Amino acid sequence: MSTNLKTTSRKTRRPAAGEGRPAGVRLTADVDARITVTAPGAAVWQYAPAPEAHEYIRLAPQYDLFVGGTWVRPARERYAPVIDPSTENVLTHAAEAEEADVDRAVRAARTAYEKYWRRCPPASRAKYLFRIARAITERSRELAVLESLNGGKPIRESRDVDIPLAAAHFFYYAGWADKLGYAFRNTEVEPLGVAGQIIPWNFPLLMAAWKIAPALACGNTVVLKPAETTPLTALWLAEIIRHADLPPGVVNIVTGGPQTGSALVTHPGLDKIAFTGSTEVGKDIARACARLGRPVTLELGGKAANIIFDDAPLDQAVEGIVNGIFFNQGHVCCAGSRLLVQESVHDVVVAKLYRRMQTLRIGPPLDKNTDVGAINSRAQLEKIQSLVKSGEEAGCTRYETQCVLPSRGYWFRPTFFTGVALSHRIAREEIFGPVLSVMTFRTPDEAVEKANNTRYGLSAGVWTDKGSKNFEVAARLRAGVVWGNTYNKFDPTSAFGGYKESGFGREGGLFGLAPYVRRVS
Amino acid sequence: MSVDAVGLEERAAVLATRSIKKQSKIVGLRLAIACMDLTTLEGKDTPQRVRQLCRKAVTPDIDDPDLPSVAAVCVYPTLVREAKDALAGTQVKVASVATAFPSGLAPAHVKLQEAKEAVAAGADEIDMVIDRGAFLAGRYREVANEIAAIKDATRPALLKVILETGELGTYDNVRRAAWLAMEAGADFIKTSTGKIHPAATLPVALAMLEAARDFEQCGGRRVGVKVAGGIRTAKQALQYLVVVKETMGDEYLSPATFRIGASALLNDVLMQLTKERSGVYQSEDYFTKD
Repeated sequence: MSTNLKTTSRKTRRPAAGEGRPAGVRLTADVDARITVTAPGAAVWQYAPAPEAHEYIRLAPQYDLFVGGTWVRPARERYAPVIDPSTENVLTHAAEAEEADVDRAVRAARTAYEKYWRRCPPASRAKYLFRIARAITERSRELAVLESLNGGKPIRESRDVDIPLAAAHFFYYAGWADKLGYAFRNTEVEPLGVAGQIIPWNFPLLMAAWKIAPALACGNTVVLKPAETTPLTALWLAEIIRHADLPPGVVNIVTGGPQTGSALVTHPGLDKIAFTGSTEVGKDIARACARLGRPVTLELGGKAANIIFDDAPLDQAVEGIVNGIFFNQGHVCCAGSRLLVQESVHDVVVAKLYRRMQTLRIGPPLDKNTDVGAINSRAQLEKIQSLVKSGEEAGCTRYETQCVLPSRGYWFRPTFFTGVALSHRIAREEIFGPVLSVMTFRTPDEAVEKANNTRYGLSAGVWTDKGSKNFEVAARLRAGVVWGNTYNKFDPTSAFGGYKESGFGREGGLFGLAPYVRRVS
Repeated sequence: MSVDAVGLEERAAVLATRSIKKQSKIVGLRLAIACMDLTTLEGKDTPQRVRQLCRKAVTPDIDDPDLPSVAAVCVYPTLVREAKDALAGTQVKVASVATAFPSGLAPAHVKLQEAKEAVAAGADEIDMVIDRGAFLAGRYREVANEIAAIKDATRPALLKVILETGELGTYDNVRRAAWLAMEAGADFIKTSTGKIHPAATLPVALAMLEAARDFEQCGGRRVGVKVAGGIRTAKQALQYLVVVKETMGDEYLSPATFRIGASALLNDVLMQLTKERSGVYQSEDYFTKD
């Protein structure tokens, strides 16, 4: 099709016509369409490269820590390279905060809390948050480019999803800052104090907004640690916060790796830890916080079921499947990574999905027509490869987008497996990549049972044209977010969080305020 | 199979964000011309008006002789002979609306006769309207039978069946009407008459393309899709081509399977092509208004 999607000789299986159906039976109802998959023909019309302008962004050779309202050099002056995962080029270097740096940041946050922020009239807190929101909106293109450059995600997504949503969170929580009395009726609340916040690499600026906005709205000060691989937009946010004239130390941003995170989690001067990331690290943090008696909220992994009933609007369901698992290269904790499809429409859905997948454009993240970008890091790519290998070795059938991948950078073809059982690793473990496991069910009860049969419980999707069934099934799913006839929809007014090993505490909406206040009466 | 309106519209909106620049814009716009049914359907249409339009259809831009001709000229039945004569010796087809266009509300035998006469006068293609009243009243068999009768009476002309999606109200109805028309023998399914608002929209086109794709995939014929009504700008035309390309594949990007019915669109396309060639926009007086 396009230059990015040339057919290659890679060995992959295509669904055959009428697979799994008795021969000779001609069904005319179109839902029973015996759909065959045809190879893409010769390209008549190709899209020219459409790179988003980025030359105006000048990166410094290295970036320091944002502590107490200014940029400070890390104590041991260590800086780690920041990589563009689509090319493996080094973009710049970011400071690696040591214990001493974290301590300095926490003390700055404490000073800011005691001296300014807890005394700041709520309406003024709102004013600062509105300022940040507006500045994000004003600099949205620049932030989107940085997000794609550093994270590998398509500019279409950073431009249309990440950055507008980040701004929306600041706007939303700005509105709550002076209305907490309405959020918590019949009770007085006060801020917790200083919050340590650790965020992942999949939605760097958006996760920073999820963490910072409610904390500040409730009157807390924060020390935020961005993910090791994706510090750039957090650093830009620091600059935005500086220009917004926030009292120094209200927001501190310390870059670094796991050691920085661990220094932050165990720092004695904190009143709260909020973490979004892997379940493995989340458990360590929970243990540490339990020892310290420290409040903690965790938003962890997921292995969400996307349930397709036979009466679903199938073409839109296929879009929902694609959006559910290939959005942001599948680096989404709430990704719809387990497709539960009613057996009677399994073949049709698989054929439609395969065909649709071939139109995905995999390529440079900064190209405005790119649908799927680069995998965030080499480590993540290797994890995906190893889990996919386990799926192949277990005898599952693998399908993938047939395209030529760039020779440099971290890339993985959008992939799905059929013939998957709940006991396969690819159905149990979070892959956090563009890999979907397709399973079948026969009845609504079985769908619910299989959907809930996981250690996780962050999200789920239900696709049916029948409203009553949609509500009934959704109510029985043990998942924090259940989408009906859509997937991966986010809004600052809506709560987000998990059951079971997907974590606890809610972010977003009214619920997102609760983890940042103490009830005093 | 049902259609979810929210999901359909979202998908169409995403496709509309495709960035089509430089060479891909030029190729796309030339393709839009090749797939165009240049249309005049006004009460005030005259023989001379049709002849002038035919000239434009064959040679869209006299300053750019390499441009393709449009696919067809679309007129009322009484002007078919004029158009056929004006287009003699060219590749441009003559399409005629028929069956009591645009309402479709005339006695069946009158509609049949009208279609037959259009073909007898030389029409290569017939753009019929379905009886929306019958469809919305649930008399699907009646609608299908009429399409089949017109198809039989107008062979070997190409039959385009206008669903008038703006009157069908839901995407479920669009898909049902599309499926019904294809099963009844339509060679093309077409969105609109252009006389009703809304006319063609990207989501409607997407729903019809998906129906055509599924119809072919489950053992039916390849049926074409024509979008018509309200497509006035080059940018819109490119958006439709994107939807076709990414829903049906490149092989569908041909006047054999995709048409755009329009009158004002052509000059905007020419204006954009001239801009791509020269780097500057010309005033509209540089483009002939036939």
